[in-house]
Amino acid sequence: MVENRFGLRLLSHAVLWLGVLLVALPLWVAFVASTQAEGDLVSGTLSLWPGDHFLDNYRAVLFGAADVSVNVSVARMLLNSLIMALGIAIGKITISLLAAYAIVFFRFRARMLSFWLIFITLMLPVEVRIMPTFEVVANLNLLNSYVGLTLPLIASATATFLFRQFFMTIPGELLEAARVDGAGPIRFLFDILLPLSRTNLAALFVIMFIYGWNQYLWPLLVTTDDHYYTVVMSVQRMLAVGDADVTWHRVMPATVLAMLPPVLVVVLMQRLFVKGLIETEK
Amino acid sequence: MHPIPVFRHRWLPWALLAPQLMVTLVFFVWPALEAIYQAFLVQDPFGMSSRFVWFDNFIQLFEDPKYFESLVSTLVFSAGVTVLSMGLSLLLAVMADGVVRGASVYKMLLVWPYAVAPAIAGILWMFMFDPTIGIVAYALEQIGYHWNHRVNGDEAMLLVVIAAAWKQISYNFLFFLAGLQAIPRSLIEAAAIDGARPFKRFWTIVFPLLSPTSFFLLVVNIVYAFFDTFGIIHAVTHGGPGTSTTTLVYKVYHDGFIGLDLGGSAAQSVMLMLLVGVLTVVQFRYIERKVQY
Repeated sequence: MVENRFGLRLLSHAVLWLGVLLVALPLWVAFVASTQAEGDLVSGTLSLWPGDHFLDNYRAVLFGAADVSVNVSVARMLLNSLIMALGIAIGKITISLLAAYAIVFFRFRARMLSFWLIFITLMLPVEVRIMPTFEVVANLNLLNSYVGLTLPLIASATATFLFRQFFMTIPGELLEAARVDGAGPIRFLFDILLPLSRTNLAALFVIMFIYGWNQYLWPLLVTTDDHYYTVVMSVQRMLAVGDADVTWHRVMPATVLAMLPPVLVVVLMQRLFVKGLIETEK
Repeated sequence: MHPIPVFRHRWLPWALLAPQLMVTLVFFVWPALEAIYQAFLVQDPFGMSSRFVWFDNFIQLFEDPKYFESLVSTLVFSAGVTVLSMGLSLLLAVMADGVVRGASVYKMLLVWPYAVAPAIAGILWMFMFDPTIGIVAYALEQIGYHWNHRVNGDEAMLLVVIAAAWKQISYNFLFFLAGLQAIPRSLIEAAAIDGARPFKRFWTIVFPLLSPTSFFLLVVNIVYAFFDTFGIIHAVTHGGPGTSTTTLVYKVYHDGFIGLDLGGSAAQSVMLMLLVGVLTVVQFRYIERKVQY
């Protein structure tokens, strides 16, 4: 057996707690800053305990215009982010599920070609083909719209692969049995395959929701109208004030609000999240 | 291919594939081809006319010392992020694997930064290092070091490395922990009976057995540092001061949208696509190898 020494265990716990604190420190500092009065954030040192402006600051950014440079409330931005994240997550899952279904359960010409075409998208992250993608979206008149925010991002090789892997583990007898009972392809998809994929769907949804919520470059490019700003990109806009002082008492509540929803999703749905994370990388 | 019996239908598979294929063609393949095409063109500054110039854009790119500098910055940045975040996560994962009680609590307290957007992670750290009101900058001042990442390029680089590594710790931690937990206890017990102390056991048994996980994470972290950290750079430094934190991906954006050098930006896009291609192949080779175990 392996020795079980008290000292070693103590050391492990100490290192882990140090790690936890180090990881949490930026969040704590941001929260503290978001509760301070305007004047306390201009000069001097920041206190490490929350101030008494929690309600004032959050109410101001949530319901009023977020900042001088961003003329829309954070509540509106959160709504935009939610629409984008849900659109991307649901869109990705739907089209990938259908595509994987076609590739696994049908035989048709150009099956492998379609598969490879989808595979290529893995190699083309938005960041490397920004200019031409932007032009395509501009030509389609999709700038400053929810469709423009979501549609170009919903093709997903990862999700298609994941569903393909999963569908291939479905025993053939199941399909035979369904066919004997007179179920067609659509019936089989909805009555048998979807219920079986429930956990996979949920796990993937968690990952894709976070992916969608955290989009930065794309919303930055396709939105010039404040009313379509998402919260993650707006925080940067609020910082870009040129020579004026950064209004930290506005930026920090917005920052905390921007990370709250995805962090909550991860914390509350941790099992699904870990499953999704490990499976999407397989 | 596989033994699953299949449906036969004339148009249904196409209807099912259509949405995915449409999106892929319109928003991925078309822009990619466009990028390749533009890489061979030179446009006048007003976008009125363009002319085919063969490989001039690429030659210009390779002769441009700025591009080389940006490549070096990217390599420094990636190496920093990978070493820092993998090192810390491995340490934490080994410790979490060792504790009997509370491993799941630690897991919960360590994984949440995964959900923070890169740009937000950058802003959190930028605030802590803010030369006037940041607490870390204040602490450094107390020990006599004057921190100002807006002026000092090395400090700016360190700041973006820290922010990017911080966000990646959770991911690496999860995979290292899973890798550690897959190592058979009997091997470690056998070594313990033979008298190997914990430190020795780690280097001679655990670390080698963990190498598939480490290699996988190495590729993932490099891909992350290259392509997913645009938000951090853009929100924190804008590639500056000077060009000290201009990574390749940031340069594509900067030259295209701010410099309006379409041909040059497209040529850089093509180079990056080649790079992603290579990294993807490496990743898949690794996966194939894993399957053969």
